[in-house]
Amino acid sequence: MAKAFQKIYTQITQITKATCSVKATKVGYDELATVDGKLAQVVKIIGDEVTLQIFEGTEGIPTNAEVIFMGKPPSLRVGAQLAGRFFNAYGDPIDGGPVPEGEEVAIGGPSVNPVRREQPSELIATGISGIDLNNTLVSGQKIPFFADPDQPFNQVMATVALRAKADKIILGGMGMTNDDYLYFKNVFSNAGALDRIISFMNTTENPAVERLLVPDMALTAAEYFAVSKNEKVLVLLTDMTSYADALSIVSNRMDQIPSKDSMPGSLYSDLAKIYEKAAQFPSGGSITIVAVTTLSGGDITHAVPDNTGYITEGQLFLRRDSDVGKVIVDPFRSLSRLKQLVQGKKTREDHPQVMNAAVRLYADAANAKTKLENGFDLTDYDQRTLSFARDYSENILAIDVNLDTVEMLDTTWKLLSEHFKPEEVNMKKEMVDKYWQ
Amino acid sequence: MLTKGTVQGIIANLVIVQVDGPVAQNEIAYINLEGTLLMSEVIKVIGKNVFVQVFESTRGLTVGAEVEFRGHMLEVVLGPGLLQRNLDGLENDLDKMDGIFLKRGDYTFPLDEEKLWHFKPMAQPGDKVTAGSWLGEVDENFQPHKIMVPFVMKDDYVVKSIVSEGDYNIYRTIAIVTDGNGKETEINMVQRWPVKVPVTTYREKPRPYKLLETGVRSIDTLNPIVEGGTGFIPGAFGTGKTVLQHAISKQAEADIVIIAACGERANEVVEIFTEFPELIDPHTGRKLMERTIIVANTSNMPVAAREASVYTAMTIGEYYRSMGLKVLLMADSTSRWAQALREMSNRLEELPGPDAFPMDLSAIISNFYGRAGHVILHNGKEGSITFIGTVSPAGGNLKEPVTENTKKVARCFYALEQERADKKRYPAINPIESYSKYIEYPEFEEYVSTHISPDWTLKVNEIKTRLLRGKEIAEQINILGDDGVPVDYHITFWKSELIDFIVLQQDSFDDIDAVTSIERQKHILDLVTDICRTDFEFDHFNDVADYFKKLINIGKQMNYAAFNSDSFHDYYTQLNELVSLKRIG
Repeated sequence: MAKAFQKIYTQITQITKATCSVKATKVGYDELATVDGKLAQVVKIIGDEVTLQIFEGTEGIPTNAEVIFMGKPPSLRVGAQLAGRFFNAYGDPIDGGPVPEGEEVAIGGPSVNPVRREQPSELIATGISGIDLNNTLVSGQKIPFFADPDQPFNQVMATVALRAKADKIILGGMGMTNDDYLYFKNVFSNAGALDRIISFMNTTENPAVERLLVPDMALTAAEYFAVSKNEKVLVLLTDMTSYADALSIVSNRMDQIPSKDSMPGSLYSDLAKIYEKAAQFPSGGSITIVAVTTLSGGDITHAVPDNTGYITEGQLFLRRDSDVGKVIVDPFRSLSRLKQLVQGKKTREDHPQVMNAAVRLYADAANAKTKLENGFDLTDYDQRTLSFARDYSENILAIDVNLDTVEMLDTTWKLLSEHFKPEEVNMKKEMVDKYWQ
Repeated sequence: MLTKGTVQGIIANLVIVQVDGPVAQNEIAYINLEGTLLMSEVIKVIGKNVFVQVFESTRGLTVGAEVEFRGHMLEVVLGPGLLQRNLDGLENDLDKMDGIFLKRGDYTFPLDEEKLWHFKPMAQPGDKVTAGSWLGEVDENFQPHKIMVPFVMKDDYVVKSIVSEGDYNIYRTIAIVTDGNGKETEINMVQRWPVKVPVTTYREKPRPYKLLETGVRSIDTLNPIVEGGTGFIPGAFGTGKTVLQHAISKQAEADIVIIAACGERANEVVEIFTEFPELIDPHTGRKLMERTIIVANTSNMPVAAREASVYTAMTIGEYYRSMGLKVLLMADSTSRWAQALREMSNRLEELPGPDAFPMDLSAIISNFYGRAGHVILHNGKEGSITFIGTVSPAGGNLKEPVTENTKKVARCFYALEQERADKKRYPAINPIESYSKYIEYPEFEEYVSTHISPDWTLKVNEIKTRLLRGKEIAEQINILGDDGVPVDYHITFWKSELIDFIVLQQDSFDDIDAVTSIERQKHILDLVTDICRTDFEFDHFNDVADYFKKLINIGKQMNYAAFNSDSFHDYYTQLNELVSLKRIG
């Protein structure tokens, strides 16, 4: 019920599909309110007219509805009790448990001072060679899967999360199907990892605009564990395209001029505010973000994947390789920008060269394949690249591979030695002399 | 009396203020949010209503908050001690801020107010001086930092007195000058200048012509940039823009390097913070950080300050140029700056231009690039600002407003190509699409023919032609098949591959290959053109590929070897022996 300091107004002047305006004074920008019991946030103030965005939509709101301002922006109670709990987009428990105790912190807080960040330098081993060998992940990194909706990105993400040895795994679900939500819950529960999981969930059954709160909720919880508890936190955000869709709905209803692909002009800054929360802190804690951006028809020039690509530190692509009948991590289009911080430094010295040589030869195989499809004769070298590519897909790139980095490197050297001559791999001679099998 | 006002409306970081007096466009105002002062800039005025863009988050701001205008535009502080600083887009010293997180309204002074600088006078009483005249110098990280007559002093002055050599802090008066009316002005080591106004304290701005060595072969050899030149690097994400920018900023032969990290990833700035203090400047042997200034407005920092950050960086560059120094300014990325303009234009409900960018985008970009350049100062000394900006075209499509407008003004164009990046042919600068207009300058040609070699330009053009020819043949082979073209075609194709692998491709993570001196670039160019001019004979196209792969392999090993080392000469000999094996005649 309304408390003493809360201000109540009833003069609603305007109602649209997602917003309503009310005559009110002494209202702060970004402040939370309830309109007819529905949660809302201040998005515009002109004189005494305050425009509120209603998260659930404005269906059924009467012009004489009670508008109660709460005098604070959206916030989350952070504390150790968050661990192992499941919440909705507002940070309210949905697992039947009690409301966790802790300090109330406004979500979407300030940025880390760049000079206070540490350079990420810790390898995150996932066992998946397509990631560890070619696109090594580093703690404090932010990287999305660019995937078509039918690809098994949730499975790969769950595998990464469980093998990554994170102290906390925070799952932010936006427009996730209930089935996928239950999948994550089961996988984590079967792995005995539930006490490390914190989940903020907006499923397809919940209103779309609500999901705008999910990343900030998840990252506010992440900052608590990473900064106050010095823990290594892995944040999974799926699916960021649904998040962007919600942004475009709101901006459209606010009559903003859309830019590319009907997305708001501020899309880059909006996404950057989320992804840039990934950081390595000086005290040892870290926030690593692995996200999913679903593509439509594989189009990465669409505004959402395009802006994301400029913000994140690389991207991972999955692809079904028909030659070996397995899903692989695509070595051409995938990239981890931070990999050189650990490759050859935290891993064996030959790592960067082996990775580049193998990918280059894999590219030669792709050329040979084109030649074959066009009906040309293949040279002996072409034939060898093709057989190398098959072995490489099967033993290294496939997502069901689980090797440590030394095994990956040795396996790759073995494949190179089997199919090629030393002068064909274009590597430093010292490396070839030392590791050629 | 300064103008005051009260907040009337708030839409994200656009705030409408009702004022009680005169205000100027772009004037700075501070909004009082429960005791915290938020900095903002006037961007539109309608009657008593003034629209300001706030450089901070406006969360919690209420109607009725008090606003105070400051009577000046956005300014930067200029003085000794800027080198080695990590500044934000508004020139606050990031290292002086407390805590891990940035706090609203936390503004810090960019200079050290206590430090004593050893000042040596250069002017004498009685000297006639104007804005930008050198009064004396202090040593700032081994750079001769000139103390100048402040740029804002527009008249002619006579030096009345100047302090003798000694140690002074930045606020100590070091000279007194008198104008024509006998009015005296005291000058110390600090001055302020509004960032959006170009500093023009120079006599003339001739065409630039001196090669600026970057150590990157596909720039220096193929499409060189010059001291005081402008260039831009457009490329889709993942094509290696940032790696290339970092390589240039590490290796370029400049006195001062200013890096404006504009709306990009914080971890990339951290990389500079972490690595530059350790890395050695290849030209002076000193720490790279000592000559570097970082202006960081990363993508999660306030959007309005992002726009200011590039101007802040440029103004600091102009300050050092006025001392007769060679400045290299890198901005990554100018697209983020344009996007910041777009966000604001959108909130102001201006009619949009192409892709919802403001209509005057073209003018804004060309004015900015126009501030770079090679200048001759009033005292006859030369200084330069070389500006290289990156552009992040949406969807990798170069037909978008920021790329197109930049192309009109920048003289060098380094097109990063997705296909090359996919094939790991780094740096992924497309050798055929890219260009440098400076090659066509007769002044430049004269410069390289005296400083490098008389046949330099000839050879550069030759390998460019060979690369184009190689590309054409590759397309024909793709259509007709390996045996559908004469063996000669394969030889021509593989000669272009040799150029690609030995000259263009460069391993920026290898200590030796990362930076190639001009002397070594000449060596490589001579070697490669010699091989390309050699006639070979082969029976079968398979033999051509095998043979050239061996050549390429040895050439790459040579690139990894230290210049003129034993193993370098060894590979060089091996290469020549292999060439004579298949040479005709």
